[in-house]
Amino acid sequence: MSANLRSWFRPLLAMGAAALLVGAGSASAEDNVLKIGVLGVMSGPAASWGLVNKYCAETTAQWMNEKGGVQIGGKKYKIEIVAIDDKNDPKLAVSGAERLTQQDGIKYIIGPNVDTTATSIRPVVEKAGAMHFPYAFQRSLYTPPASNAVLGMIASYQAGPIIYKYLKEKKGVKSIAFVARNESDPLNQRTEGVQAAQALGLTISTSKDTYEPGTTDFFPVMTKVVKTKPDLIVLSGVAPADAPLLIKAGRELGFTGIFSTETAQDSKILAQVAGDKADGFISVGGASTPAIRSAYMEEFVQRYTKHVGEWNDEAGTKVYALEIILATLQRNPKAMGNIAEFKKTMPAFDMPNPFVKDPIKLKYTGTKYFQQPRQIGVPMVVNEFRGGTFQTLFVGAVEDK
Amino acid sequence: MEDLLGAISLQTLVNGLVTGSIYALIALGLTLIFGIMRVVNFAHGQMYMLGAFAVYYLYAEAKFNYVLALVLAIVLVGIVGYLFEVLLFRRVMRVATREENTMLLAMGTAILLENGALLAFGEKQRGVPPLIDGVLRIGEAYLPYSRLLVTVLALLLVAVLILFVRYTRTGRAMRALAQDREAACLQGVNVDRLSALGFAIGAALAGAAGGLLVTVFAINSGAGTAVSVKAFTMIMLGGAGVIAGAILGGLTLGFAEAIGYEAFPGSITYLIIFIGLILFLIVRPQGILGKPER
Repeated sequence: MSANLRSWFRPLLAMGAAALLVGAGSASAEDNVLKIGVLGVMSGPAASWGLVNKYCAETTAQWMNEKGGVQIGGKKYKIEIVAIDDKNDPKLAVSGAERLTQQDGIKYIIGPNVDTTATSIRPVVEKAGAMHFPYAFQRSLYTPPASNAVLGMIASYQAGPIIYKYLKEKKGVKSIAFVARNESDPLNQRTEGVQAAQALGLTISTSKDTYEPGTTDFFPVMTKVVKTKPDLIVLSGVAPADAPLLIKAGRELGFTGIFSTETAQDSKILAQVAGDKADGFISVGGASTPAIRSAYMEEFVQRYTKHVGEWNDEAGTKVYALEIILATLQRNPKAMGNIAEFKKTMPAFDMPNPFVKDPIKLKYTGTKYFQQPRQIGVPMVVNEFRGGTFQTLFVGAVEDK
Repeated sequence: MEDLLGAISLQTLVNGLVTGSIYALIALGLTLIFGIMRVVNFAHGQMYMLGAFAVYYLYAEAKFNYVLALVLAIVLVGIVGYLFEVLLFRRVMRVATREENTMLLAMGTAILLENGALLAFGEKQRGVPPLIDGVLRIGEAYLPYSRLLVTVLALLLVAVLILFVRYTRTGRAMRALAQDREAACLQGVNVDRLSALGFAIGAALAGAAGGLLVTVFAINSGAGTAVSVKAFTMIMLGGAGVIAGAILGGLTLGFAEAIGYEAFPGSITYLIIFIGLILFLIVRPQGILGKPER
């Protein structure tokens, strides 16, 4: 090769090599994808429960991907959400879990939403060596020998006693009635609620009244409940679509006492359907209500609203799941493909809670209830509906030990 | 027995009458389509849902006058029914050799409408303000004015339909078609035109029910299936294809529900209702007013 040729050939060669290296680096960043599953009810009367899980995960994933992905163990990962509708059917939940774990190789699944579907996928998830983050309250999911599930919210048996005690002391409630949807989850919540009320010395006016899923006319069932003249009517495990109709029926039948529930509700639906008849309704709030929200949460709300078209208060609780999963993986990158490492990290894990103003820690909690930390430590926010919106009554936390 | 009699309070009777009247309106459309076309419209509940959403968007969001919103909703759902018959059912019925084909098609249209609604309207419950506020006291019973108004309007629509099928030429032709298709053809009845019209009217009645009841019960995109199940129960009870049977079936179910919830624990009310229905159908499979199959 002539001297002239060599003079420009080497720099060209160097530039070419550099381009290849950068290109190779870029290609590998593009290839790093972390798939997270979402499995829940996304159609039918309870559709909002699973859809809000999906929308929260998608909003968080989109936000992180815009920033280039999540840094885990020295690599950047794009987050891909794989969502499946189980239609609240255990058979579909099982096939969904099999698809997520076997076909997509997913190790971390957000959901399902109710006891029946969450328990149905337990064998699938355990066999596949995956973790799931249900919104079902059944204790056996989180108590040894089970260890692959992490409760994503406050359970009714955690919130109920606190709410009843508050109402007994502050509002003079002495008698309590329960009405539940005729399905496993709400019936279990009713049973736990009755036990909590009895422990507090409250008189149970009635606790046998139920309604079928899909009911829209609640006059027949509420006629019986209102007749017993309780101070408080608890709507056990009530879906956001049913709560305003139950309240409206109760008020139109002359009930002047308090309504409460231990599930999250939607203020817009309450305002639209029940209006001022829902004033005074007590519920467990989205864990990042306006009163306690950080700037980070405000941005999430705006992004969620842009992504979905409107905000849903339930999202204030369900935003936590993906955030804490990713933070745990960042803390221990070996957990990416090995849930034993994830479980090892959980007991000592904590991080500043990014969604609330106050400098509180977000960690895995629930040892008092499940003998192991198998619950996301979301704040317990108890709301009262008034004038079309939720107002925070008080904020607490689940006792850890 | 004492519990049952004791449960029949004035409130129970008021609940039964209101619920029964509303159910009758829901069942009418389904029985009309079955009577004329021998098609079980599994999408009946979804058409109810469509009517409810149409009123929600026109009245609550776009601030149309309620009556105008209701009329537009009825027309819209009627058009959907017409298009389903002309574009889908007519073609399948011409070539199908088995009844199951139209049943499958009907189920397919139900799934199509439900998922389409979920995509278009989202998953949340939607409600409209009641047309009238306040509660009427009748002795010990409470009857919200909004439910009273909806009941009166429902009964009015039922009456209009009865007058239509009894006293108009088109209505009589529909009855002829329902009673004996071949004979009606021989008499010069345009089967295609009447089938489309019948389907449209049946769908429109479902839409009317949805548009009325959204003011009382709100609506979500998953509400259709439960409405369809109740509508089938009512027409089986009253007699499929018979208008008076649908009304009787609706009233019977309404009262059974009201008394059942009062007399028995809620968890077994519908169990008892369905056991009763099964036993009744064993004895009288054509329903209260239906005619036995030849």
